[in-house]
Amino acid sequence: MYQYIAKRVLLTIPTLLGAAALVFILMRLIPGDICLVRLGGGGGSFDPKALVACHAEIGVDRPYIVQFVEFIWGLMRFDFGTSMWSGKPVSTEILARLPISLEIALLGTAVAIGIAIPLGTISALKQNTWIDVVVRIFAIGGIATPSFWLGIMSVLMVLDLSAWMTGTPWMPPIDYVPIWKDPIRNLSMAILPAITVGYRYAAVSMRMTRSAMLEVMREDYIRTARAKGLINKLIVNRHALKNALLPVVTLLGIEFAFLIGGLVVTEQVFNLNGVGRLFVLAVQNQDYTLTQALVMLTVVIFVFTNLVVDLLYGWLDPRIHFA
Amino acid sequence: MRILHGLLALALSAAVPAWADEAPKRGGTFTYMIPADAPPSLDGHRETTYATVHATAPFYSVLIRINPDNPSSPSDYVCDLCTEMPTPTDNGKTWTFKIRTDVKWHDGSPLTAADVAKTWQELVHPDPGVLSARLPYYVMIDTVEATDASTVVFKLKFATSAFLPALADPFAYIYKKEILDRDPHWYEKNVMGSGPFKFVDYQIGQSISGVRNPDYYRPGLPYLDGFKAIFTPKQAVEIDAIRSDRAATEFRGMPPSARDQLLKELGDKITVQTGDWNCVDMITPNHGRKPFDDPRVRRALALAIDQWHGAPALAKIANVRTVGGIVFPGSPLAATKQELEQIAGYWSDIEKSRAEARRLLKEAGAENLSFELMNRNVEQPYKYIATWIIDEWSKVGLHVTQKVLPTGPFFDGLRSGSFDVTIDFNCQGLINPALDVGKFLPHSVYSENYGNYEDQKDIDMYQAMLHETDPVKQRIAMRDYEKYVLDTQAHMIMTPWWERIVPMRSYVRGWKISPSHYVNQDLATIWLNQ
Repeated sequence: MYQYIAKRVLLTIPTLLGAAALVFILMRLIPGDICLVRLGGGGGSFDPKALVACHAEIGVDRPYIVQFVEFIWGLMRFDFGTSMWSGKPVSTEILARLPISLEIALLGTAVAIGIAIPLGTISALKQNTWIDVVVRIFAIGGIATPSFWLGIMSVLMVLDLSAWMTGTPWMPPIDYVPIWKDPIRNLSMAILPAITVGYRYAAVSMRMTRSAMLEVMREDYIRTARAKGLINKLIVNRHALKNALLPVVTLLGIEFAFLIGGLVVTEQVFNLNGVGRLFVLAVQNQDYTLTQALVMLTVVIFVFTNLVVDLLYGWLDPRIHFA
Repeated sequence: MRILHGLLALALSAAVPAWADEAPKRGGTFTYMIPADAPPSLDGHRETTYATVHATAPFYSVLIRINPDNPSSPSDYVCDLCTEMPTPTDNGKTWTFKIRTDVKWHDGSPLTAADVAKTWQELVHPDPGVLSARLPYYVMIDTVEATDASTVVFKLKFATSAFLPALADPFAYIYKKEILDRDPHWYEKNVMGSGPFKFVDYQIGQSISGVRNPDYYRPGLPYLDGFKAIFTPKQAVEIDAIRSDRAATEFRGMPPSARDQLLKELGDKITVQTGDWNCVDMITPNHGRKPFDDPRVRRALALAIDQWHGAPALAKIANVRTVGGIVFPGSPLAATKQELEQIAGYWSDIEKSRAEARRLLKEAGAENLSFELMNRNVEQPYKYIATWIIDEWSKVGLHVTQKVLPTGPFFDGLRSGSFDVTIDFNCQGLINPALDVGKFLPHSVYSENYGNYEDQKDIDMYQAMLHETDPVKQRIAMRDYEKYVLDTQAHMIMTPWWERIVPMRSYVRGWKISPSHYVNQDLATIWLNQ
């Protein structure tokens, strides 16, 4: 298995290089100038010499090939450089945003697992009953509802409900405090976004759990287990669910990786200073170094998550061996 | 609706603050929002965004500033670090400022004239590799010297009324000489000033906070124990946050719809201050493209627009209000309504104006002209203005489509001249008409002009106006310049000037609105009635 992990990690290198080349080229194809946005964005006048000085300071006045070689050389040394926008190390910019994104991703995944697996299983076991219909409506609602809309609605609902119940409108805090500093404030900020993204995530996973369970429950070995006289609870928990979870785990892995950098709109709705918002800002400001680093981070997260998912396969299904 | 109008009237009456006679209360932490993403750096000298000023002004002092008790005045300058406003000598070319001797830096060391002089030397003649973003403002300053520990002398290249406004630039924080000598980039990532609040913490991209400076040189100020400013780029978050009292206000300005919603939700728990805003959207035809090289076509574009009826209608949905010329409407140098009515695009008889527009278009062979109006992907008021303008132009037979671009590509389009006609804007930190109207100079002289034209007469008229020191003659020169750029050549077309609408929780006292969202942001006079 260790050999398998080593191979997978080594395969990351060409993936990263390909992504690096792609993002480097694409960013430079977008028309615009970070210095112009920075100096002229407010509408006031500025010194034309400042524009030239700004270009020189961030190094965009050098030939592309020099910039690319420097980027790749930095990548090989795990040095992503400094943000062209803020002048701070890219790692500082990302690390400042990673905790909240990671927390929402983990909480969202917990919400999704907590909802999707039990409901998906029940839905499959009670196929074509009213329970199945209700669960499927709930799932389709989740898939059809955009997270940002749900986010806006949930904030408004909380505001109106609290105003109606206590006379004072309440909304989650708009600034992040780490959980170890103030757990209540932290959770009161994170819980609504987690439910918002978790619902959609749960809906997709619920559909997957249901269809996988339906398929597994028709397998010969389930019939054999029943013939042996095993109780239904044991058949479902020990034999059916574990096997049915293979595609669900794949889906959960992909969604988790997406949640870390992809919550662009949800982060804006809840004023979360997360990686998704940083990503948009970096592209908007044409901050090449920061965008490049964020793409690399996303690639690493996806590769790592997929690796974990693959390893989980072996645990869920002992027939799977890594070679 | 009637209730809403009643509340609106009640709240707007607070534009003349009702708390003026109240005794300020001390204490409390003031939480407000900065409606933007975090600024690139904390250095006021190199940045141009209001997000920098709203985040860092409470930590710094400046040499002179707009009177915080009268911030709506465009010309009431008072000392901050100096002891009294000086009278110039040498025919207006030498200004000697006496510096307060009771000012301490937040590290406890004394602030001297050497600090003030060094700061201004860096602003006017920055070291290589150091950005001084508003260098064109200081075009008249020749040298700055500290002649002793409490005296700073500015020598000008020429006398001009534009000097004091330039000196009152809200970004011109006074920095410590010792730090600037050691590392001119230090202030980009660090804060150390002599203002009413001491720096506590900057959470990257999220918030900044400060505590009361007990050694502040203005006795009794500030009233607050501290403040926290949170970056909230989305307007929906701001409204919800004010509603739920997560934050008390934001100081940039909100559109009428946000004001109305907050008044409806909060009633007397909210007050609103409003005023004209020193920002304006304008329309720039690309003179480098046909038929916009023809002044008749450009005049026709101006003549088709009904400013006088459009402005009040737009004010209901967009943050614009006052019809004006090239000078901020509240300034003594601004045109009166009668003077404006002499200029193309401001005629009182819109039918006559549009008939003339059609005639000019026909004469220029540009009847039924179709073109693209480039715009910036900013809701207020850009998209509203553009939609209105396109409708106005359709009334003289023009077929115009709007092309909305994100900020980066929009600026790229402006610089590269890849547009027919564009929405452009002018939003200056301080009302300094003589310099602000530089926007109408050709690009070779003024880098933020995107009209793609050269015009020596334009430059000569501007220089004559800038160098005129007699206010009456300068006003006449300004009228001639205005008539030339808006009518004779119609280099650009104005739209109504913006309206600044600042709703805040009623317990916030001591802040007065100004025509610029950059000034009066040190929070020293704010107190909380809680």
